[in-house]
Amino acid sequence: MTTETKIGRWGGGGGGRFPATRWSAIVAARSEDSGERSRGLEAIVAAYWKPVYKYVRIRWNKPNEDAKDLTQDFFARLIEKGTLADFDPAKARLRTFLRVCVDHFVANEAKAAKRMKRGGDAIHLSLDFPAAEAELERTKPALSATASSERIDEFLEKEFIRSLFGLSVEELRQFCESRGKQTQFRLFEIYDLEDNGQKRAGYAELAKKFGIAVTDVTNYLAFARREFRRIALERLREMTGSEEEFRREARALLGVEPK
Amino acid sequence: MSWLSDEAISRLKEASSLPDVSGTRYRLIERVGSGGMGAVYLAEDSVLERRVALKILDVPDMLNGAGGVSERLVREAKILAQLEHPGIVPVHDAGTLADGRVFYAMKFVEGKQLDQLVKDMNHPSASGADLLPDRLRIFQRICDAVGFAHARGVLHRDLKPENIMVGPFSEVLVMDWGVAKILGSTPDEFDAEAGQSPGHARTVSPARTAHGTVIGTVGYMSPEQARGEVENLDARADIFSLGAILTFLLGGSEPVPREVAAIAQKAMAPQARGRYSSASDVALDVARYLDGLPVSAYPENVFRKGVRWASRYRVAIVLVLTYLVVRALLILFSQH
Repeated sequence: MTTETKIGRWGGGGGGRFPATRWSAIVAARSEDSGERSRGLEAIVAAYWKPVYKYVRIRWNKPNEDAKDLTQDFFARLIEKGTLADFDPAKARLRTFLRVCVDHFVANEAKAAKRMKRGGDAIHLSLDFPAAEAELERTKPALSATASSERIDEFLEKEFIRSLFGLSVEELRQFCESRGKQTQFRLFEIYDLEDNGQKRAGYAELAKKFGIAVTDVTNYLAFARREFRRIALERLREMTGSEEEFRREARALLGVEPK
Repeated sequence: MSWLSDEAISRLKEASSLPDVSGTRYRLIERVGSGGMGAVYLAEDSVLERRVALKILDVPDMLNGAGGVSERLVREAKILAQLEHPGIVPVHDAGTLADGRVFYAMKFVEGKQLDQLVKDMNHPSASGADLLPDRLRIFQRICDAVGFAHARGVLHRDLKPENIMVGPFSEVLVMDWGVAKILGSTPDEFDAEAGQSPGHARTVSPARTAHGTVIGTVGYMSPEQARGEVENLDARADIFSLGAILTFLLGGSEPVPREVAAIAQKAMAPQARGRYSSASDVALDVARYLDGLPVSAYPENVFRKGVRWASRYRVAIVLVLTYLVVRALLILFSQH
């Protein structure tokens, strides 16, 4: 029997919001306080499990089932062993550190074969692997295990952004719903998120569709984008270990310099 | 959580980096240009219902203190506000957006950059718009605007075709005063950086001066500017750039009259003391050439003076000669 995670479901979305202060999840994950530690680890797992799963599938060319087990075991080990204690934000970015850890873990997995021995009260994370697999299919990356290190890096970075933005969009949806601003979110969804291969609807068309003025479309979209940016930056801040790294990542990933 | 396509991620990144103009009178329409420290957006002024250009920093504030990019943009706006001239883009408004980015609003200039205009003029399919006088008249207007700025104690320091817009009615606007210097002021941070490494190989942004690079653009900056002699710069540094612009303008015009070539050469003299002392003098020489008068940059011998004189009064000369010939024929005919 395994222990279903004590810290919620890791698929992103509603479960386990990080506290309002939202400082570094890395610091929190290394805290002496178990509650803080759990919240920090939850944030890190939520943002990284999909990129890690896809990375194992692509970089290590692992079948679906093996990649699922490896991802489970990797994060369980991260939680159990306190691997993040070795992370030094001054030396590397978190995703670089995690990538090295994943590589090390997968390379040694066959020898150690500890997965087979796991069980009992081992931590089991509730991760939505079918969704991750479906995403991988849709992405259809032109990558293989023999792809260059740079391309693998690009892939991992893109998947991290996808994960970060996905979680931020979900949080924005909840935020808008809680404030009665569903129209703002729906406009944002249609204008900025939907990708059906066709030309985007213009503001005038959206205004007609929602029965509002064109200026309202402008203002509603500005509101949703501003909140999305705030949420994405907050989540990014969680994933960085220092103010300097946060600002660097904000510029690199979002093209913005936070205040 | 729904899956986000690459296209959606790209849009979100773009949306995240867009300036937050909420709470202002402006509505962003599209990004029309970008440079080292910010971008220019076409926007609508909802109060006056007109289109304007917003120059907005990429970052809320990258540096604090003197020379920070925010301060630099504010400085640019203030300089522009002092330079009310038909040849200098007017600034309407300045401030800080909700996201902390500094911006200023200016006239949205419709037209072409001078480099693009000349490229079009030089195209084989171009019509008669590539006449030398047309190019020279554009150049005169550039000189007028620069001369006005000099009279107000402002050096542009990055004059080049990319920073000059020519409107549909041949109106000329000198743009991008981001690295302008007020004559007599102490060197700012950018000046200091520019002067730090004399003789050292420098790279200069081909599009726009960026923080940490020499102020100016290779090919258009004067030798003293390239050497980083910031404190010694005066109007003649800009005059060198005007000479380079004139040379560029003449690129597709063959043959280049000697007088005009001499004007460009004098403006680009390696030593500042060999150049024109003011932009107005450059414009004056060009005007004199267009009027068929001698130019200061090209001393004439008697033969050249005669040719120019004949060229200038060719109609009168032809009439007089015709009269004389007819008169001579009449006399000859009457004698027979």
